[in-house]
Amino acid sequence: MSAKTIITGIGVATPNGLGVDDFWAATRVGKNAIDRITRFDASSYPSQLAGEIRGFEAKDHLPSRLIPQTDRMTRLALVAADCAFEDAGVKPGDIPEFDMGVVTASTSGGFEFGQNELQKLWSQGSQYVSAYQSFAWFYAVNSGQISIRNGMRGPSGVVVSDHAGGLDAIAQARRQIRKGSKLIFSGGFDASICPWGWVAQIAGGRLSTSDHPERAYLPFDAAASGYVPGEGGALLILEDRQSALERDAENVYGEVAGYGSTFDPKPGSGREPGLRRAIEVALADAGVEAGQVDVVFADAAGTPRLDREEADAITAVFGPGGVPVTAPKTMIGRLYSGAGPVDVVSAVLAIREGLIPPTTNVVLSPDYDIDLVTGQPRTASVRTALVLARGYGGFNSAVVVRAVD
Amino acid sequence: MGRRVVITGLGVLAPGGIGAKNFWSLLSEGRTATRGITFFDPSSFRSRVAAEADFDPALHGLTPQDIRRMDRAAQFAVVTAREALADSGLDLAGFDPHRTGVTIGSAVGATTGLDDEYRVVSNDGRLDLVDHTYAPPHLYNHFVPSSFAAEVAWAVGAEGPATVVSTGCTSGLDSVGHAVELIREGTADVMITGATDAPISPITMACFDAIKATTPRNDDPEHASRPFDGTRNGFVLGEGSAVFVLEELESAKKRGAHIYAEIAGYASRCNAFHMTGLRPDGREMSEAIDVALAEARMNPDRIDYINAHGSGTKQNDRHETAAFKLSLGEHAYRTPVSSIKSMVGHSLGAIGSIEIAASVLAMENHVVPPTANLHTPDPECDLDYVPLTAREHRTDAVLTVGSGFGGFQSAMVLARPERSQA
Repeated sequence: MSAKTIITGIGVATPNGLGVDDFWAATRVGKNAIDRITRFDASSYPSQLAGEIRGFEAKDHLPSRLIPQTDRMTRLALVAADCAFEDAGVKPGDIPEFDMGVVTASTSGGFEFGQNELQKLWSQGSQYVSAYQSFAWFYAVNSGQISIRNGMRGPSGVVVSDHAGGLDAIAQARRQIRKGSKLIFSGGFDASICPWGWVAQIAGGRLSTSDHPERAYLPFDAAASGYVPGEGGALLILEDRQSALERDAENVYGEVAGYGSTFDPKPGSGREPGLRRAIEVALADAGVEAGQVDVVFADAAGTPRLDREEADAITAVFGPGGVPVTAPKTMIGRLYSGAGPVDVVSAVLAIREGLIPPTTNVVLSPDYDIDLVTGQPRTASVRTALVLARGYGGFNSAVVVRAVD
Repeated sequence: MGRRVVITGLGVLAPGGIGAKNFWSLLSEGRTATRGITFFDPSSFRSRVAAEADFDPALHGLTPQDIRRMDRAAQFAVVTAREALADSGLDLAGFDPHRTGVTIGSAVGATTGLDDEYRVVSNDGRLDLVDHTYAPPHLYNHFVPSSFAAEVAWAVGAEGPATVVSTGCTSGLDSVGHAVELIREGTADVMITGATDAPISPITMACFDAIKATTPRNDDPEHASRPFDGTRNGFVLGEGSAVFVLEELESAKKRGAHIYAEIAGYASRCNAFHMTGLRPDGREMSEAIDVALAEARMNPDRIDYINAHGSGTKQNDRHETAAFKLSLGEHAYRTPVSSIKSMVGHSLGAIGSIEIAASVLAMENHVVPPTANLHTPDPECDLDYVPLTAREHRTDAVLTVGSGFGGFQSAMVLARPERSQA
């Protein structure tokens, strides 16, 4: 198939800004948005820092009838979808409804909504559970709600692969474009910063317990000791290039040129982890050599074993120090299914501006042979970027984005 | 035509039918597995029936550690994946593990495990700030249902693409549809794919009570699931899993594999209408059926049997009846249509895969499973729904469909690979 899939609209909601302009203004200069949790009293928990989206009032953006039936992650996604449509200059109705679809990723669904209903069930009784519990928390809700709000009846889907899922959704969206859809919304949102979600994340054993916002999430640093969760994500409008040209799309951010995904061998097998292979598959799919990649947006797990694996995979493909590597998620925390799509947004904006945003707070450990962009943003000609995302258990996904001539 | 994808192994775990053989006995004999809920005390609930599986994980080779770590739905998926792989006769050791992938569908993930753990950490709902010191490490696996795909990948040794597909009640079709795509495009050669759900828990029963989606026919649980029957009044929640081994046709032939069926066409559409409501005209489901048939390069009159979504709600039964007529025209009236949910209940995301298994076994046996409990015709549902008893019927091509919350509508066409194209 020769159809090219291009990004023509962006909606982001992250701790570092709502909307693409605010997000990039903060990201390009390395503004920190990790802070103490304010959404609930976290003082009794071993981890107390997160990347929260502050000042978001759903009722300022959405019809009031949507509020009682939506979790926070869905509200953020619906607002981001509106922004993406506006950014792309597309109005619902411009494109035939069966030619538009929605493919999103989720990690934990509407967990805060679920906590409220579980609490009603066990403290008051089953008859107090909301009718909206039948769909508001489940993993498919964002694709469903976005399709309804925007009249999109084409091929849609939902994938769950922990932190890797957002890139898998973008890849699935590209498949639908190649099969003939004109426009697919894709990305991921999670927002599980509630006590019940927090306890589940603590149970995973990989959260940082530092209480210094600048010292808590330090991937590739000798002091790496876990990650800080964040909330939010990004939605991209993907279009077939030809069809975008025909409607004179205002924004052409870049092409989704390649994708690869693998799953790690079972622990204890002694076999090499799958990340290197995922990168190689993505590069081959895009038809680019390693030497043509101008920047890698790392998954940056923030735990020594996982950082080691990622640094080894990058070094194996690109050579020691062979490509600039960055992880701007150190500013906002890990956004679960939103992480990959937000990094794809950063990648296309880096291409547009010729500037690589920095990995904040990190001092690169001499153990890793990678060229990590730390401290200040780096000016560079960026034509092709590789975005990596990995999920708990062994999910590895890689996406290549490149400039569109 | 490019790469074609066939089913070469299957594993099923359904209420009343653990293992493909027992599952088919249940369906072909028209027995029902719905009963009064035994998993918890349902006395405060409006609907107190479900289709429960009598499943002992230890009997299926799971260790105490496996059982502790995995939600019931994950256990189902691992057991059916192993059955499917054994059934296929495929030795994955001879394959590049990077070319073997996994997709598992699930609508509600580890909802039962989450309900159990929530009670513990919240002290039965008393604590707003739930207590992390009571949380087991596997709570994260419940938090993120992609752990299901991870467990299956570990169980079979797959290192290719892996993911969970979660599109509500069409997850079981969409997961397999996704896997087909990965083989067709050349990303994988073998896919272990299917779906699982184990939703029979207080929180799930409570939310379906709230919208009156499940039946209150509590005094007659064996006959409570009544798709297409004029007296139906809601679905019966079920649980289970089905997993398949998919291979590329030529390589399956080369190794002399038993080929159950080709997955010839698949499509999914959204109704963009309502999270739980359906428009009566069935247009989006019909669109999915049309595209799946076109992908299979088959005329609608080639369909021998329709495995319906048939959940047993008025809204659904009329919606899909309209869709079948839109897509198949007059042929819809000549084609047997049945719903196995009358026997095994509605296991949300799992059922789409369980229904693929039923469709494949119908082709295997040239027997169409019945719609149990169908005594009273609904004048608005006027197709041949195969009431009460299974029917011998030449079955070379099957249409199976799903419809779910969020507006998702999916359709899949299964056929014998040696069919002529037309």
